[in-house]
Amino acid sequence: MSEMLTTLEQTALSEYKYGWVTNIEADEAPPGLSEDIVRFISAKKNEPEWMLEWRLKAYRQWLKMTEPEWANVQYPKVDYQGIKYYSAPKQKKTLNSLDEVDPELRDTFERLGISLDEQKRLSNVAVDAVIDSVSIATTFKTQLAELGIIFCSMSEAIREHPDLIKKWLGSVVPATDNYFSALNSAVFSDGSFCYIPKGVKSPMELSTYFRINAENTGQFERTLIVAEEGSYVSYLEGCTAPMRDENQLHAAVVEIVALDNAEVKYSTVQNWYPGDKEGKGGIYNFVTKRGICAGVNSKISWTQVETGSAVTWKYPSVILKGDNSVGEFYSVAVTNNKQQADTGTKMMHIGKNTRSRIVSKGISAGYSHNSYRGLVQVGKNAVNARNFSQCDSLLLGDKCGAHTFPYIEVKNSTAQVEHEATTSKIGEDQIFYCNQRGLDTETAVALIINGFAKEVMNQLPMEFAVEAQKLLAISLEGSVG
Amino acid sequence: MADLKELIQTKYKSELFNGNGSLQALSQKGIQLFTEQGIPTVKHEEWKYTRISSVLNKEFSYAAATTAVTKADVDAIRLPGYETANELVFINGIYHPELSVIHSGADALLVQPLSEAVKGPYKNIIDKNLGHSANYHADGINAMNNAFAYQGIFIAVLKNKELQHPLYCYYINDARTASVLSQPRTLIHVGVNAKVYLVEEEITLGTSDSFINRVSEVVVEENANVHIYKIQNEDSHSSCVKTTHVRQLGVSKVNSVTITLNGGIIRNNLNFILEAPGCESNMYGLYCVKGNTHVDNHTVVDNQQPNSLSNELYKGIIDENANGVFNGKIFVRQDAQKTNAYQSNKNVLLSDTATVNTKPQLEIFADDVKCSHGCTIGKLDEDALFYLRARGVGEKAAKALLLHAFAGEILEKIELESIRSYADAIISERLGFEI
Repeated sequence: MSEMLTTLEQTALSEYKYGWVTNIEADEAPPGLSEDIVRFISAKKNEPEWMLEWRLKAYRQWLKMTEPEWANVQYPKVDYQGIKYYSAPKQKKTLNSLDEVDPELRDTFERLGISLDEQKRLSNVAVDAVIDSVSIATTFKTQLAELGIIFCSMSEAIREHPDLIKKWLGSVVPATDNYFSALNSAVFSDGSFCYIPKGVKSPMELSTYFRINAENTGQFERTLIVAEEGSYVSYLEGCTAPMRDENQLHAAVVEIVALDNAEVKYSTVQNWYPGDKEGKGGIYNFVTKRGICAGVNSKISWTQVETGSAVTWKYPSVILKGDNSVGEFYSVAVTNNKQQADTGTKMMHIGKNTRSRIVSKGISAGYSHNSYRGLVQVGKNAVNARNFSQCDSLLLGDKCGAHTFPYIEVKNSTAQVEHEATTSKIGEDQIFYCNQRGLDTETAVALIINGFAKEVMNQLPMEFAVEAQKLLAISLEGSVG
Repeated sequence: MADLKELIQTKYKSELFNGNGSLQALSQKGIQLFTEQGIPTVKHEEWKYTRISSVLNKEFSYAAATTAVTKADVDAIRLPGYETANELVFINGIYHPELSVIHSGADALLVQPLSEAVKGPYKNIIDKNLGHSANYHADGINAMNNAFAYQGIFIAVLKNKELQHPLYCYYINDARTASVLSQPRTLIHVGVNAKVYLVEEEITLGTSDSFINRVSEVVVEENANVHIYKIQNEDSHSSCVKTTHVRQLGVSKVNSVTITLNGGIIRNNLNFILEAPGCESNMYGLYCVKGNTHVDNHTVVDNQQPNSLSNELYKGIIDENANGVFNGKIFVRQDAQKTNAYQSNKNVLLSDTATVNTKPQLEIFADDVKCSHGCTIGKLDEDALFYLRARGVGEKAAKALLLHAFAGEILEKIELESIRSYADAIISERLGFEI
């Protein structure tokens, strides 16, 4: 027991590794939200008139909506008038090469372990790095451009590819979808746009690295991925935020469209600042992610490792519209101290022979609460729809909670839907077995947790899997209850 | 809907219960909450899949005391095995002693109006337990019954008595002349070391619309053993909300089997509150429905103390335009270490217009527990069908055989032979199964 206590203390004392502030002058909007702020943001980004109209429409709709309260999380209400909705690092001129990037910014990336130069030279990954709302630099653009792949910041896409944006933006997550998506549609500052033309398989993994920087700024990212007929792309998203006392809001929207025979794989490692061990500070992560398998034989796969954020509210979903389309959701959600997570997925089967698979692993420690909330819907015409869901929870300690809220709605007799869930803790016999073989308790726990999460980790691209495993260890080391 | 509100409020005023103490308080609280909340809409999370207002917006008259139901009417609906059973007859929600038959002696079984019992030695038990279900159902439907709970009946199975005669309760709505809404209410106390078989059935006479909103609260003391069997087989104009709320106050064992065959909208609320360490609770359910029947099984298992075991298995066979809903909730509280809680829901859909909505939910606050839930929705196993057909069994017969086996797992949990074969006969006929 004493050993457990020391390891517990160690975990409690282990500080947030990525907590520092980059001192860059930011170009900011005053706090508060009004039509003027929406206009300000749109003007700052030199947006065309139609985009401003789109934002204003969303803003007016947002005013009519109320914040949802059904999620199994408690947090002090967000003061939407106290947030700065725009904060861009002061960078006036357009960047031509990486060398022009502010050295301090580049240092930030290096400390995060995604140094652009290194990335460029070694890892064959194109990075669209986003610091506080504006894309700083985009690498590998030329190489991608040769294949016709568009991978750029949302603001650039609005200026240079207005037809594509007009056609697809808001087509999967309409502005009026929910409270947070409406807010995002009104004030989104930047994000990534990715377009894979017909028949192209992206030769590298596309990656964006989000980071909330300035104090009191909301992060409202907008990501849109369109995969044309027969194309393939694997997209990586990683998030970190510096240590802050106050709660910060992150309300992003991600939309994915997969047309005939296309495949999109979207991987996230989310490591926003979770607040300190008293539950003070931390990020509110209220994200709407949805993909549509619009064409036949298309496939969308979400993989997420969620270790950060004070409060998480996130349900990456797939609309399986095309016949024979496939949706997948793999998730590891870890909560410690006073974190709360309400996360899961929605699989909406509309087309024939559609298949979906859900694997969700929840790990709760400390005083945290971890909920899985999922919906599997099989429509009248979804002949031979097939779903398998598995939600496992692991509890470390007797002050935390694990909750499961699966909704299953079936309207077709040929559908086959299975759901299973278990809750358990790490057995003393398992620890004993490892101890006996010379592993200390901490290593044993790490080993068992890695095994527990392996099914999901295996889905991650290599670079991410390594980072995700480290994150798991940092978030949980030693919290044996 | 306004009509129903008015109906309830008028009825409440006209009868204005003049007792005092817990009955009065519950009644007032009930009418207050009902006035505030009204009938739950589908926006109410607990009523998401059941549009109860579609029944309640019909014209109902509140059930009045009636003498129109005769012994011959009751004879026609008695359940098998009645010869040796204690039979309690409720007409339009009101207990009728003159139609009821009690075999057990007064030293084993007590049946008394709540308003009388509350003045006797059971006052404490009634004060503590009546209306406890409201903690789990803070909605207008439960409140509506609470408002009139003083009309209910108190049943006590006395200490150390194993009741030889099972307790059959018939809740009869007389809808022969007009549509009728009734609200039976019972509080059942099962004493230390006592054992009882409780069989409950809702019956509608006549063809007008009928709605029964029943609340039964069962208090189980140490070492007691309780079996609760419910059977529902009615026409589409008969709807009901049945709430069975079981508190296990001592180490005890309770089994429940709920069989739903047909009806209008049927909502079965079943709550098990395990308030002592080491309790065992088993909940089984079978819904074999067709036509436009809508059945909603809502269960709660609240494990509050360590070392308890709860086991839940609900199976559904849904045909034609029927609609099956299962909502199972398991709570494991912080103190309930070493709890084993299992939950399973299996469904077979037989037609493309049938629907299943299921939500097996776990909320766990203790770490040293084993909890699992599972649910499946599908069709009959093609391999099993092929196996039978390869051996000369016709397709229809093979399907019936498999479905009957599927249902059998639940039926065999009924320990009363007469009730089991009664339910089995109806289901076999429904499935076209011949032995």
